[in-house]
Parts: sequence; C-alpha cells; structure tokens
Amino acid sequence: MRSTTEARAQASPPVRRRAARLPAFASRKSTIALGMTLPLILIIGVLVLYPAGYAFYLALLSKSMDRFVGLANFDFLFRRETFWMVVKQSVIFAVSAVLFKALIGFLVAHCVHNVPARGQRKWRGMLLVPWVIPPAMSTLAWLWLFDPSYSAFNWLIQHAGGEGVPWLGDPYWARFAVILVNVWVGAPFFMIMYLAALKSVPEQLYEAAAIDGANWWQKLWYVTLPMMRNIIAITALFSLIVTFANFDIVRVLTNGGPVDQTHVFATWAFKLGIEGNDIPLGACVSLFMVPILAIAAIFILRDINRRGTEA
Amino acid sequence: MVTGTRAAVGIASRGSIGRDRRRALFWSYFFLAVFVIFFLTPPVYMLITSLKTSAEISAATSPWWVFSPTLANYVELLTSSTYLTFFRNSALVALLVVAITMLISIPAAFALSRMRFWGSATLATGVFLTYLIPDTLLFIPLFKIFAFVREATGIELLDRWWLLVIVYPTLTIPFCTWIMIGYFSSIPKELDEAALIDGAGYFQLLTRIFLPVALPGVIAATIFAFTVSWAQFLYPMAFTTSADQLVLPVGIVTTLIKGDVFNWGQIMTGALLGALPPLVIYAFLMDYYIAGLTAGATKG
Repeated sequence: MRSTTEARAQASPPVRRRAARLPAFASRKSTIALGMTLPLILIIGVLVLYPAGYAFYLALLSKSMDRFVGLANFDFLFRRETFWMVVKQSVIFAVSAVLFKALIGFLVAHCVHNVPARGQRKWRGMLLVPWVIPPAMSTLAWLWLFDPSYSAFNWLIQHAGGEGVPWLGDPYWARFAVILVNVWVGAPFFMIMYLAALKSVPEQLYEAAAIDGANWWQKLWYVTLPMMRNIIAITALFSLIVTFANFDIVRVLTNGGPVDQTHVFATWAFKLGIEGNDIPLGACVSLFMVPILAIAAIFILRDINRRGTEA
Repeated sequence: MVTGTRAAVGIASRGSIGRDRRRALFWSYFFLAVFVIFFLTPPVYMLITSLKTSAEISAATSPWWVFSPTLANYVELLTSSTYLTFFRNSALVALLVVAITMLISIPAAFALSRMRFWGSATLATGVFLTYLIPDTLLFIPLFKIFAFVREATGIELLDRWWLLVIVYPTLTIPFCTWIMIGYFSSIPKELDEAALIDGAGYFQLLTRIFLPVALPGVIAATIFAFTVSWAQFLYPMAFTTSADQLVLPVGIVTTLIKGDVFNWGQIMTGALLGALPPLVIYAFLMDYYIAGLTAGATKG
C-alpha cells in the first residue's frame, strides 16, 4: 500500500502542473472523489436513511398524524391477536422457507457439480429459471395452479385416486403454499451460490481424503462443509432478510387470507398503512422487521471486516 | 512420486470407485430431473394456459395439455392499449433506472476503490449495509413524504410512473456500487500508475482504462439493475393507481383480475410476456447474470 502511494506521489507532478490553473480546491484528489460519490450519498441519504428514520417518528403519531401519542400504537398492536399471529407466521414463514431453500440448493448444487462438466451448463441454465422470472408474475402461475375449481394439481391428485386439496382455502394449506412458492423462487439462488462455492474447493483436498479412506459422507462433513461454511452462512443471512421482508408472493397468492392467517409483516403493514389509511400503525408494523435486520447486518458486517483484513 | 502413488491407488481400487461413481451419477441425474420438473412446472403451465381459449380452460379436459392451440390471447393483449401502456411504462422505467444507476454507481465505485479519502472505507461498507434495508420498511414513510411534497409544493408525485424512476435507484445503486468496487479493486494498481505517469486525469483513467477492463462487471451490474427494476412490485403497488401509470407486474395483477372474473388465459399470457425480457437477457447473457448474482458474496 505504502509503495503505491509513493509511486503515485512521484507520478503526480505532470498532472499537478496542468491542473495548477484551476483553483487548488477543485483539483484536490479528495474534492474530486467527493464529487464522484456525492450523488450516491445524496440519494441514499434522502431516499433510504431519511425515510428509515422517519418511519420511527411516524410510528409515534396518531392515526390522523396531527398528534404525538408516544408508544400508544405499539400498545394497541400488542393487544391485538392478529399482530401476534402475524409475528408467528412471519417467523415460521422465514425460517422454514430459508431452511428448505438452503437444503434444496445444497442438494441440487451437489448434483450439478457431480454430472460431467459439459452437461452442467444446461442443467444450471434450466434450474435458475424460477429466480429469473419476476416473482409477481410467477406467483400468478402458482395462483392458477392452486385455483379452487380448476387446480391442475388437484386434477392430477384426483386422477391418481386422491382427494383435491383446498390449497389456498385452508389456513394450514395456505401457509404451506406461500412457503412452497417462496422456496421455489429462492432455492435456485442458493443453488448458484453453493455451486460457485463447490467449484472453489481444491480438488487435492478430496484426493487426500480419498487416500485416507474417507467415504462420501466424511468428505462432505470434513472437507466440503468447512470449506463452504462462509458462503452458506452469508447466503442464508441474505435470504433470511429478503424472506422476512417478503411482500409480492404473499400479496399475490393469498393477500393475507384466509382471515389474515398468512399475513407477514410487509403485507399486513401494507394493508393497514396504505389500504387502511393508518400510516402510523403501518409504520409501526413494518418496524418489527428491524431487529432481525440489525442482527443479520451485524453478522454480515463482521464477515466483511474479516475479509477486509485478510485481503 | 506423488502422481505415481496416486495412479497406483487409482488402479488398485478402480472397480469400487467406478461402481460408486455410477451410483452417484444415477442419483444426481435423478434429483436433477425431479427438481427441473418442480422448477419448470409453473412457467410451462403458464405457456400451456396461454395457448388455450376460455372455453377450453373451463372444460373438463386435462389442464396439462392444449387440444386446440390458439394465439388469440397473445393477439388480444398485444393490440390492447392498456397492456401496451404497462409494457411501455415498465420499459421506460427500467431503462432510465439502469442509466441513472450506472451514472451514479460507477464514478462512486471508482472513487471508493481507488481514491482513498477520509471515510471512504466506512462509506463503502455503509453503502453495502443500505442494500440490506428492504423496500418493505421504506414504502410507508416514502408514501407519506411524497404526500407531504404535494401539500408543500403542489408537485404531484404519487400516481406518476416517473416517480418510480426516482425511487428504484435506491434499490439498485447500493448493490451495483458494491459489485463495481469489487471489480475495480481487482484491476492491478500498475495500470493506473502507468496512466497517471502518462498524464491522464482521473476521468480519463476511469473511461479509458477502468471501464474497458471492468466491462464484464459493468454488464453484470446493468443486468442486475434492469431485472430489479423490471420485477419490483411493492413500490408501484403503493405509489401508483391509475391504469395509465401502472407498470407490468402491478398492471397484470390489478387490471386483468376484474372482481371475481379471472380470465386465466389472458393473465397467463400477460405474465409470460412480462417475464420475457428478463428471460431473454438471461438466455443470452447467462454468465454475466450469474456473475452479478454471485459477486455480492464472493467479491469485495
């Protein structure tokens, strides 16, 4: 690092001479750098950080937003049964969806990695399709597959001699359905991340393990998993954030129904805040996503810092 | 010596390795087939339904086969001015957002990766952290802020498609800046030193050297920005309501579903056509698409 700064210091005279006609302030390196990053800082400050802080303020106002009511909105929420149902459903939804995405992604990544190299591209190409289609559009296809009277799944089940399933009509099946669609959308992302990680494990490690007589399970447990630990953790954290904050799948598939049983924080906040015109209460609900975000952010930050010191 | 040993081991146990390998291959193909069916069923079913008439959709025949294929749904949608308006709005928003994202995030990434200044490391990490703040946390305060702007200045922001051009960059810029920092940092420092010695300014350094060298990163970031803006659903849902201001995802969900009457043939056609631009980009630029996906966690 030092040597490059010195080299740059030696290299700068010709540039400096040319720029000497400009005011010294405008030609300073830090000023140019600030100018280049200023739009970024402004847009993030005005449209991300300010609204995020504003949400905390909004949550303390009355419904008509003319009075400061302190924590009354939170108090109101805590007394409502629907709120606790939403908390429970959000946690179940996020945790089980991420778990299945990770398992399926891991399994599929291994399978792709196992087949001969010339076929891998083709398989990978087909398996990433659910991730590429905008979720609002693909969820419409699922909605149609789950249709109460024309469900194509029920047609198959009935022709196999079973009984049709009320996919979105029954609370438990509806919860299963939103998780299933979320896993469908997200598993390919895990697959692609794990595949990249698998490719980066040095082949010599497996050869060494094979010479030591390790079976496939021991290779997986003692070689693959430790080498992939970082990627697995980061991908799961990312996915946990995104899944916890999910809106489109639940909104399109069930819109929270039947009777609010499948609402997650985002869809319920939308219903209360935008559709119900109670902006403070909606802000209040969406704030409950902050703790999980903060925890995940701390872990991710730690990982970034560690990588920064390794480099 | 080492290779000799390895070869000996290979010969000694070839029989059992071969059998294990064949079994592993069989199960790999088995699971791959299962998951390809699972992953591709919805899009294929979209295509099947889009080729049917309303009469065939409600008939008691197999939903998994088209008996009398027709392109009527496609013709109807592609001549419907409402649907074309959605498509135009989506395309305009996505292209403008891509342009804004690149104009802001490339210079910022250049400054953050090469021109170390006070707080630059913290800023780089901070940019990445803002990527973690989800849209679902921001849409309510943003809605209130836009309503407030209308009261204060008389400028109507809500229910205008171009508002999305202002809002979407918050979703694309942090991640694009982050992956561009990763690509720029991987360019050897000798290159910029050579350019600076030859008398290049920072602007020339960026446009003549960094952009061409980091072109794969630029393409990956562009694809990311495009697909994110094309797929975004919550902001247009919250901020736009009039039919002529809607973008595709919201337009299909809100206008093709009229009350309890679901015209599934048209809904599936609309959704499939709406999914086409990202799918086409993916089909032709798969490697860049995947590079953009994995860059966030493996680079930087």
